[in-house]
Amino acid sequence: MKRTQLGATPAQWKTLPGPDDIYRTILPNGICLLVRSNFNSPSVVMSGYLACGSQLDPVEKLGLAHFTSVSLLRGTANRTFQQIFEALESAGASLGFSASVHSTPFGGRALAEDLPLLFTLLAEAVRQPVFPEDQVERLRGQILTSLAIRNQDTSERADLAFDEIVFANHPYGRPEDGHPETIQRITRDDLVAFHQQYYAPRGMVIVVVGAVSPEQVTEQAQQNLGDWQVLAPEPPVLPAILPLGESVRKHIFIPGKTQTDLVIGCLGPRRNAPEYLAASLGNNILGQFGMMGRIGEVVRERAGLAYHASTSLNSWITAGSWDVSAGVNPANLERAIQLIIEELRRFTREPVTLEELQDSQANFVGRLPLSLESNAGVANALLTLERFSLGLDYYREYPGRVQQVTPEAILEVARRYIDPDKLAIISAGPER
Amino acid sequence: MTESITQTRLDNGLTVQLKEIHTAPIISHWVWYRVGSRDEVPGLTGISHWVEHMQFKGTPQFPSSILDRAISREGGIWNAFTYLDWTTYFETLPADKIDLALRLESDRMINSIYDPKEVESERTVIISEREGSENEPLFRLGEAVQQAAFGVHPYHHEIIGDKADLLKITRDDLFNHYRRCYVPANAILAIAGDFDTAVMLKRIEELYGGLPAGSPPSHTIQPEPPLPGEKRLEVNGPGETTYLQIGYRSPAADHPDFFALTVLDSLLTGPTSLNMFGGGGISNKTSRLYRALVERELAISVNGGIQATIDPYLYDMNITIHPRSTPEQVLAGIDEQIRNLQDNLVQTEEIQRAIKQARAMFAYGSENITNQGFWLGFADMFANYDWFASYVDHLSQVTPADIQRISQVYLTPENRVVGVYLPTGAETSEEDEEGEAA
Repeated sequence: MKRTQLGATPAQWKTLPGPDDIYRTILPNGICLLVRSNFNSPSVVMSGYLACGSQLDPVEKLGLAHFTSVSLLRGTANRTFQQIFEALESAGASLGFSASVHSTPFGGRALAEDLPLLFTLLAEAVRQPVFPEDQVERLRGQILTSLAIRNQDTSERADLAFDEIVFANHPYGRPEDGHPETIQRITRDDLVAFHQQYYAPRGMVIVVVGAVSPEQVTEQAQQNLGDWQVLAPEPPVLPAILPLGESVRKHIFIPGKTQTDLVIGCLGPRRNAPEYLAASLGNNILGQFGMMGRIGEVVRERAGLAYHASTSLNSWITAGSWDVSAGVNPANLERAIQLIIEELRRFTREPVTLEELQDSQANFVGRLPLSLESNAGVANALLTLERFSLGLDYYREYPGRVQQVTPEAILEVARRYIDPDKLAIISAGPER
Repeated sequence: MTESITQTRLDNGLTVQLKEIHTAPIISHWVWYRVGSRDEVPGLTGISHWVEHMQFKGTPQFPSSILDRAISREGGIWNAFTYLDWTTYFETLPADKIDLALRLESDRMINSIYDPKEVESERTVIISEREGSENEPLFRLGEAVQQAAFGVHPYHHEIIGDKADLLKITRDDLFNHYRRCYVPANAILAIAGDFDTAVMLKRIEELYGGLPAGSPPSHTIQPEPPLPGEKRLEVNGPGETTYLQIGYRSPAADHPDFFALTVLDSLLTGPTSLNMFGGGGISNKTSRLYRALVERELAISVNGGIQATIDPYLYDMNITIHPRSTPEQVLAGIDEQIRNLQDNLVQTEEIQRAIKQARAMFAYGSENITNQGFWLGFADMFANYDWFASYVDHLSQVTPADIQRISQVYLTPENRVVGVYLPTGAETSEEDEEGEAA
């Protein structure tokens, strides 16, 4: 067909994942499989999670779920650490595990012909890890060094303190990778026990996207994980989270650094809250759209105070946080704090303009095809659908839902969560 | 990687490279300029990167606020990068919106304003960018190694520039650098994605064809003499973690030895990915140095890589030292592995494995049209498109004897700078402050 216009026809919505091209099934043992085929590229992406995470860590052994997850590929009943990575790396494939508060995520990719390898190793890792003593100690050393590096990182220190204050006495307020003293307390027996108690098929999700058919994936899953029968206890009920009663100002002194990192914010909505989309569009206007939204305009473009100044809305299963972060010269810290709080005040005082909203709505809808162009992008999208129970038609209906958000809805959600007089204001840097 | 592309040159000297890819309704548009920190002189270091920032400040036709808004509204992404040898600008947009990218890039090739007020505001932004990097031990170590590795060649300084220069570069310095280097004959336009080549070429001619030709800037760059011998240096700074960086002088990208050194690096520290925009790399746990250093608990992590550059640059290795080990022990471990490569032929299978890894990573990266656009112009900055198109073929031709020879020629102590970051302590403290800040 001869084209006359420059580019292709407008992005076709039928290419977005939907119920007719996402294959979803639950194996008899409770494992949920999601598959979307894409034969444009010879590769596959696998991602997913098990339903156990750092919320199960005893406080004195914080980091246990994470330590367990990164130990899984250090040796299984069938293979040593070097054999596992020999198989993966020789195939140009990858596989890795980590931990979050609610889950143990994993991810890998391979050429399509090597999908069986990914499934075999995934199954061995979650079902038969052996936690070799020497590997556990080596990992402990690596974790401790990463914590020592974290301890010196101005941005991470500010984030850690922020979470600790906003999510006081809640797993969301504690780092998944623990603290040096809690990592020192964890024994190999703890790892073995955590695995035995909490690793189970129920609640496990596996997403595969790429040059494979749903039948092939189901067969692989059945073959490797179909006969896994273990029951894990229900996760604990998490304590309630309350907004701050007044602003909290905290500074972390890290001598020898050049720049100060700043985080200012409060609680935000959980991911599947009805007001999430309004908050997300509002967040885009506040600190993301174009060159970091209103915050970027005020702090970077007009005042020239920072290379980086933006907002983020972090929404999880039971709650979320909403924050502004920036890296500034210590001499400009107080001025940056003032400018940011003024913007937050304006954001909760008057509705965003229709023009601002329309810009962000167009951005949300327009960026969908780009975020879904690769197998990894689609896999991530499918995982989000499952994790937050959004429904298989979510992306097809998304443009319509985005268009329904109004300036008033954004003002309402802003007022509901952001009180400019009740913020956590955290800085970390070289000034005393 | 092997699909055909369209290459042409407009009358004003602009090189155009196009590749149709119809897997998704997306197009990625790139303009590359042959200017980077390599083209800078003392007193004006960092100017290329600063010009890149100023290029986002608008033209009479596209004031900055309009640009940003227009691209974001379409759900597009855009950004720019300044490197040793080049500066590049890209937009990835839904295919039916790509005209915006062509209009804005052809416009800002010649019409950017450089408002003095914007220059001043951007000065502090760039200093802030530099200060953010200075918080990182590895930036400080890398800067020191780079400085020690080059005496007369401009690869001596960091791309972001020296702080003293950032404080005194003027609006006119920036504007002159822009007008001198941003001419069609010094640029390449590369577009990949869902378009029809004939239609695209016509539009390119309309928008870019009328730009005045100009001539590419000429300057002589001092070649760097060999190092007089091994150099060692120390950087002191906060923390409790020791880092080691070794920079070996390496061949230019178009030198026949470059590909053999790429394979050698793959064996020593694991494969390096050319996927800048999604696709990722693969782990290096079976690489020789991981086994020799991390498995023996001399190091926490090891990585390495060789940069494709116009002039000879550095093959570097970065090692995080285990708290119970020392830089000397790690260096001895590395030298033992290098000696092994110098004394013994590697197995052909090891090379085959590196090839399979490279192929797999290209397969992953090719799913992102932005990667495809990046690859289309990248190699022209130091060689030509064929360098990229035959990348895996070149790797496949490397023999065990090549690896041995390369390790003997390049991986010698006389050819390297050894930098150590020695931590001075990790005391930090948390304070709750009285009252409110605002």
